[in-house]
This record gives sequence, structure tokens and C-alpha cells, in this order.
Amino acid sequence: MKRKSYVVFSMLIISLLFVIVGCGGGDAANQDNGNNTAAGDSSANKGSSDSSSDKTIIFGRGADSVQLDPSKVTDGESIYVTNQIYDTLVRYKQENTEVQPALATDWKTSDDGKVWTFHLKKDVKFHDGTDFNADAVVYNFKRWTTSADFVYYGYMFGASKDNMKGIIQNVEATDDDTVKFTLSEPNAPFLQTLAMPPFGIASPTAVKKYGDDYFKNPVGTGPFVFDSWDKDDKIVLHKNKDYFGQVADADQVIFRVIPDNGARFMELQAGTINMMDGMNPEDMQKVKDDNNLQIVNRPSMNVGYMAMNTSKKGPMANTKVRQAINMAIDKKKLMTLYQGIGQEAKNPMPPSLWGYNDEIKDYSYNVDQAKKLLAEAGYGKGFTMNLYTMTNPRPYMPQPKLTAEAIQQMLKDVNIKVNIVENDWDTHLTKTEEGAHDAALMGWTGDNGDPDNFLYVLLDKDNAKKGSAGNIAFYKNDQVHKLLKKAQITMDQGTRTDIYKQVQEIIHDDAPWVPIAYTTPPMAISKTISGYVPHATGSEPFNYIKFK
Amino acid sequence: MINYIIRRLLLLIPVFIGVSILAFALLRLIPGDPAKSMLGNKATEAQLQSLRAELKLNDPLPVQYASYMKDVIKGDLGKSIKSHDSVIKEISTRLPATIELSLFALIIAIVIGVLAGIISAAKRSSWFDHLSMTGALFGVSMPIFWLGLMMIWLFSVTLHWLPPSGRLSVGTHLQTITNFYLVDSILTGNWFAFKDSLAHILMPGFALGTIPMAIIARMTRSSMLEVLNQDFIRTANAKGLAKYLVIFKHALKNAFLPVLTVIGFQFGFLLGGAVLTETIFSWPGVGRYVYQSILSRDYPVVQSTILIIAVMFVLINLITDILYKYFDPRIRYD
Repeated sequence: MKRKSYVVFSMLIISLLFVIVGCGGGDAANQDNGNNTAAGDSSANKGSSDSSSDKTIIFGRGADSVQLDPSKVTDGESIYVTNQIYDTLVRYKQENTEVQPALATDWKTSDDGKVWTFHLKKDVKFHDGTDFNADAVVYNFKRWTTSADFVYYGYMFGASKDNMKGIIQNVEATDDDTVKFTLSEPNAPFLQTLAMPPFGIASPTAVKKYGDDYFKNPVGTGPFVFDSWDKDDKIVLHKNKDYFGQVADADQVIFRVIPDNGARFMELQAGTINMMDGMNPEDMQKVKDDNNLQIVNRPSMNVGYMAMNTSKKGPMANTKVRQAINMAIDKKKLMTLYQGIGQEAKNPMPPSLWGYNDEIKDYSYNVDQAKKLLAEAGYGKGFTMNLYTMTNPRPYMPQPKLTAEAIQQMLKDVNIKVNIVENDWDTHLTKTEEGAHDAALMGWTGDNGDPDNFLYVLLDKDNAKKGSAGNIAFYKNDQVHKLLKKAQITMDQGTRTDIYKQVQEIIHDDAPWVPIAYTTPPMAISKTISGYVPHATGSEPFNYIKFK
Repeated sequence: MINYIIRRLLLLIPVFIGVSILAFALLRLIPGDPAKSMLGNKATEAQLQSLRAELKLNDPLPVQYASYMKDVIKGDLGKSIKSHDSVIKEISTRLPATIELSLFALIIAIVIGVLAGIISAAKRSSWFDHLSMTGALFGVSMPIFWLGLMMIWLFSVTLHWLPPSGRLSVGTHLQTITNFYLVDSILTGNWFAFKDSLAHILMPGFALGTIPMAIIARMTRSSMLEVLNQDFIRTANAKGLAKYLVIFKHALKNAFLPVLTVIGFQFGFLLGGAVLTETIFSWPGVGRYVYQSILSRDYPVVQSTILIIAVMFVLINLITDILYKYFDPRIRYD
């Protein structure tokens, strides 16, 4: 008995000691963290090929990457990282969505727009030391046609079960540095599409070597080389000293997962990270008050909107009703929910894209006019409709629930009773694509910076199929369809611009949507770095970032 | 005793089946489509269909369940739909992270909770009693996310004493063996990493330990009070035993049984309930992972992880039951 109680007692004492030692240890370790260099170099730095330095970019973000093989993912967090590791044939310019040479030095297209020839940069090597050449490009494009897992390939080039190649009928290496693409039909956005990060060229040797594990061992030609990945914690990259483009100033890039927005911001304040996205709006003022921090806004490449289901019998099928709803919604008021990062939208595509029609005059907020239109349509006494919304914030809609409630209040003024149906994101997508809604809040972030990527994807009748609709207004206008199809095979950008402007006018009159906002998501960064230009497409390589 | 343990272990089989059916069925009751959530809204219908076929989502549910269980029995917990990695690999780093955090939180909770409970009971109605019981009341009602953010603000942003989050500082290298960083750093003799990971676990450990600490303190106090009023304690006092001996040797052991029950339960809850703490302190653990997997309808991950946690829960209860016998030799399990 006596012995046993000593055991209990000494266990308690040991645990207590443990805690006391713990507190001491905390103080000691913290001297390293206290000096505000984001990466405290450790003396116990064992078994690692690189050592951390002051020139380390530590980027804090809300979620981890899914896979580091860009051809297989659709989430921005994966793309953000792979954009550092891989190069595409052409890249977007830093400040807009026009393209410039990258792995390809120049290119030409045949008169019928079906044959594209790219000349490749010479003497480029993958991070594993193997040569980049035309065969590598061909290998990648062939690989993307082997499985439905390569989401973006299928989606951008129209692959289907029976035709996994989509519109790219043939890719061949005519010599070591030349690749020829033969398309089944002219495709005007082709070049812009090739600039998308999912079409980053991977080392064929590495793909074969790692097989199913390739997504954890990415090898490209980009400005940073992959080191390690601790899931849900961090991804570490180091500088590619032999990069063919601008060699990075930063020695290391670390992507850290810090799920909570508030905690992430405190890390930035504490100096343990030096860049972050996903800020709480209430923290914006704190950044302005802090001498060490600054806000950078990402240019908008998105649109948040309320789609009205035109395929449902009843009020929503009536153009006058949809116009009336457009007039009954006070966008200025809705903008307060965006807390300074929203710009009122009037078209289905953001102004950062070429082809944006700025001459269109938005429906102005006018309750009386709206009531008159409703009466003309036979709904003077009003009606009841449902409004589907997602529970979680989206880049183009930071407060979906409050937005839905505000719309509910506004439509009450014109006798429309709105029932809000809330679902988590996946369910929301499924339900709206099936067409369960009368109206739904939704949004879109662009892929390749081409107007086709907004107008065709979101409002063409081709994409109004129940079950997989991008066009959740189920808006079907033959004239719009004809114009959009024509724009896809017209190579001249001037002509395409005219077509897209006309399409925006028709859509404005038919009013399948209430366009709500374009957002410019804020990022907070430490003032120790400069030269950071966020790109509209949602990610950018970090090799232009300089340390002061 | 051995018989009892074997019997209890055999009971794992129905628990295993029950939990697996429940997890399987509940997941599929939530609306949503794993193929959709994996490919996003950019996928074409053809791609979705081929993925659904690949994941065998079109099979009838009993067929899906049977094929899942067949794999589980063979030791194959399946592949994550989202990452394509095996579930075992996915949780091999995350489960140790959660267990390490939960154990640490529990140790803090037991040490402080039991001591506070004993002192409160021994010095009933003293200022200490009032203070610690008021503290315990705050403790049970404290929202972890608020407490966590306040701790980060105070100890990291303002005082710069502790690192705000994560398991190790950026730049600290540790060769992992068990993925319990405190253990690994001792095994490899890497004292810098030990101090660093200890500094990292302190705040989340305290935050996670607050509620169990408060519950344990209250339970210890009330259980001690009951025992302290019994005759044998009066006798012990009357024969002039030192007060600490009476309390620690005679009273505590008799009062510990209900406390032990609470501890066993709390550990189970800590394992499953660390989601908030893991989120606030960016702790790459299994709670957050399962939560995200539920949102993305990653069926294999959720099913298998629930199974593992359920088994651990049962084992912890078994250990608690065996410990009962130590504290109360009158208990017989035959």
C-alpha cells in the first residue's frame, strides 16, 4: 500500500516538474523567435540540405495544397505553390493577363488558326537535371489525355470520355526545340489558356520515377525547387539558382498553413510570417496603423452575382421580373457587406479583362419602377421565391448569408417574399447545378484571363445542362450562343472585343443575373519585402520579390 | 483479470462493426458528392462520371460497405479521394500530433486540476477554495477559440514569449521517428528541437486542457469532501497522523475513483474534440483533418479515422477500468 501511493505521488511530482521545465524551455526557445527574423536559424540544424536565412518568404494561408501536380488540381492553394515550381510555355505578364514568352520564345499560328508552332528556349534544365526539350512538352500533353484526373486539360480543351484529347488533335516535336499543335477547330483563347499554371511542364523522368507519388515530389523548371511538404503544416521550396528567367532574391519560400484568419494575422504582427492572404476585414485598419505592414490588393478576376433560374416556369422565366429584381436591389448598400474590397458589378465579367463593356448603364435602384415592371409582368401582388446561398465566404462574396438577408429585405419592398436556403459549398454547387433554385448567389473566378472564360462558361446555352451547369441561370439565348461561338474561332482580338461587347449588351437586357460585385482581395505583407505584384489570376511566381 | 481483458477486447469486434456501419451510413446521409468536391466546379460531366465510376460510388451502398470492410480487415484503410494518398500515410503524421497534444493537455489538466481540487477540499471555504472553484467555473465555460486567440495575442504578439502556432519553428530541423516531436527530439538527442516543440505545445496544451482541468478540479473537490467526512479519516486524524499523509495517502486514494472515470472520458473527448484548438494554433492534427475531410466528403478518410479513434476510445476505457482495480482492490473482474 505504502509503496503504491508513493508511485502516485511521485508521478504527480514528475508531471509538475515537466510543466516547470516546459515553461523554462519556452523562454529559451523564444529568444530565437523574438528577434523577428521569420526563420530563426538553428544550431541543431541536422540532416538538411539547406539552411534557412533571412531571405525567406513565409506565406501564411488558410488551407494546405491538395496535390503539387498542377494538372490534377483545381484549388488555388495547390496552384499557388506549383506556380513557383513549374513554368508554362507562355506566362502572364506581371501586371495584366496578356501573355509573354516563358518556356517558348516565340510562336506562330496558321491562317486557319488550327496549327500553332512554338519555338522553345534552349539549354533549360528541369530541377532534377534532365533536359527540357520538345519531347518533354509532347510527353506532358500526351500524359494529360490519359485520364479524367487531369481536370483542367479536360475542362479547357473540351475532352470527353470518347475524345480524351479534346480539341488538341495532335502534338508533335518537329525538332528538338519546336513543338507543333494541331487543333480540330480554331480556338482563339488557346494561347491564353496555355499560360494557365495547370499546364506547367513537368519533368518526364520524375513523373515516371515517382508514379502515383509524383504529386508529392514535383519537378519542374520554375524559379523555386521543391524541398519538403509536411501536410497541413508547411511546404518548403528553395531558390533555383540556374533559373532561365529572373533568379529570385529570396533563398527560400515557405507556405505555412494557419487556418484561423485572426491567428494568421497575429503571426504576421509577431513577425513569424511575412505575407498572408485571407484577412478579416476588421484587421484592415490594424495593418494601416502598423508601420511594419502594408496592404496589397489583388486585381479582380472574379464576379459575385445572383443568378435567376430562367428555366423554371413562373416569374423567373419572365424578363420583366428579372429586370425589376435588378432595379429593386440596392448594390450600394450591398457593398457595405464587402467592407472596402468590393466594386459594384454591372457586367458578367470584371473590368480587368479586355473586352469589358463600360458603356453599359447599370439598372439603377428604383423601387417604384421595379413595382411597375412587376405589375406589367402580372406579378403586381408579388410572389414567393427561394434564394439559395452558401454558408461559407467566397472570394467574390465575403458574407453570403448577410448578402442573402439584405436581398431578402430589399425584395420585400416590391412584395417578393424570399425564402433563404443555406447549404455548405459542395451541396450548394450540386443543388444549383441541378437547378433546384429560383435564384442563387454564386460567383466565378476566371481561369485564363479571356472573356470567353466568363461569358461562354457562365452564360452560354452549351453550359446550361442540368447536373453540371456552369450557367446556373440556365440562360439560353441563341444569338448569344452564335456570337460566343464565333468569337471562339476569330483570331483577331479587335473583332473579338466587338463581339464580347455586343454579348454583354444582350445579357444586360435579358437580365439573367443581378451582377453584384467584383472584389479585389486584400493581402497583408511585411514592409521588409517589396516588388510584390499580385496577379489577377490568383497566383504569381515569387521570383520578383525583393528583400530590403 | 486476463479473462476479463480478453473479454473486453473481444467486445471490440461488435463495436468495430457498429461504428463502421454508423460512420459509413451517416456520411452518405449528408448531401454532397465526393467526385464533385474533388474536381470542383470546373469539371465536365464526363470527368465526374468517370471519377464516380473509379471510386465505385455508383455501386449499391451495401456493396460499397462490404468492399470497404474487406479492405479494412486486410489492413488497408483505403485511399483519400482528395489527395490520392493512403489514409494510413495521411494520418501517420496527424494522429501522433493529436495524441501528443491531448496527452500534454491531459497531464496539465490532471496535475493542476487534482492539486487544486485537493487543496480546495482540504481548505474548504477558504479564499483558495473560492478562487479555484470560480476559476473552474470560468474554465468550463471558456470558449477555446477566444481563449486561444487571447493567449496568442498576449504571449506571442505582445510579450514575444512563445511562438504563436505550429509544432516547430521554421528553420528547426527534426528527424522524425514516431512523429511525437517531444519524443523524437529526445530520441535523437536534439535538445534545441525539444525546447522548440515544448514551447510550441504549451499554449495549445493549456487551451485544450482548460475544460478538462476545470472538470477534474471540481470532481476531485467534491469526491474528496465526501471521503474527508468519513469515519476512517476522523480516526486517522485522531491518532495524530500528519495532515498531508491523511490527505494524500488515505483520502486521495479513496476519492480518486470518480476522478479517474472523468479522466478516461476526457481523454477520449480530447482526441476527438481538438478541432478548435488545432485550428487556432495551426496544429496539424487529426481533428482538423477529419473536419476538412467531412466537408470535402472524403469518405475513406472519415470512415477509417473514426474507426481508429473509436478503437482508441475503447482501449482507453479498458485501461481506466484496469486502473480502478489499483485504486480499489475490492473491485473484482472475474
